[in-house]
Amino acid sequence: MSLWEYANPVKFIRTTDVVLPWVSGLAVLCLTVGLIWGFFFTPEDYRQGSTVKIIYLHVPAALMAINAWIMMLIASMIWIIRRHHVSALAARAAAPVGAVMTVIALATGALWGQPMWGTWWVWDPRLTSFLILFLFYLGYIALWSAIEDDDTAADLTSILCLVGSVFALLSRYAVNFWNQGLHQGASLSLDKEENVADVFYHPLLLSIAGFVLLFVALVFLRTQTEIRARRTRALIAREQQG
Amino acid sequence: MMPDLGKYAGAVLSSYAVSLGLIVLLVAVSILRARRTKAALDLVEKRSKRNG
Repeated sequence: MSLWEYANPVKFIRTTDVVLPWVSGLAVLCLTVGLIWGFFFTPEDYRQGSTVKIIYLHVPAALMAINAWIMMLIASMIWIIRRHHVSALAARAAAPVGAVMTVIALATGALWGQPMWGTWWVWDPRLTSFLILFLFYLGYIALWSAIEDDDTAADLTSILCLVGSVFALLSRYAVNFWNQGLHQGASLSLDKEENVADVFYHPLLLSIAGFVLLFVALVFLRTQTEIRARRTRALIAREQQG
Repeated sequence: MMPDLGKYAGAVLSSYAVSLGLIVLLVAVSILRARRTKAALDLVEKRSKRNG
């Protein structure tokens, strides 16, 4: 069986209908356990005090903000190369989810930054590239809504997605490119010395799993919606012609 | 049961309130739109079948 079979809208809806309840259930489970564990059952950090509890929201949201754009990039490339409508609609469906993740990362970052850095915002490379990424999300959503023809909209938004990927990658690696600014390096590392302590690490992993599953569930649901909306538009157009 | 968040209670609780609020809103909007779109498609499909 080929992966491209799922480019068939009917097959996509049928498969995701079966998978969606399981993914949604797992997302709720991981998020609930991860956040309750992190909020109620982890100690304070010796330097950051109780603000360390923000990590269970900030890190997963930031991770998903970047990875949602990367998923949109892959889906857009599939549209450009193979012209599968489902992939273009999946990219469209993912954009609002990615935008919300970016807002959560920016808001929790500001709320965390104020007591730790003494400021809500600073024009630091990572923060600035994240803000630009958010503007790209808004531009992407607006471009889809502004163009009536679905194929033209998919073409143009794919190009925008390609350009925005620079900022998605910059927001991930900005700290490494420019050794300046207030934002720290990555919280998660394969190097045990650099990684967060185990007591924070395990609930954080669960919370990240919850955010990933939530993203997948929402993209499945929203892609189904986009497929149905496209079919409705096509049927109405056919009615008006005949 | 509630952990003592000390002087950072405002920052921590606001972070959770904003994040969970946005997530719930996103999920609610997605589900409502999914239901509305499915109902609209069912209606149009029935109409087109009726009209041949």
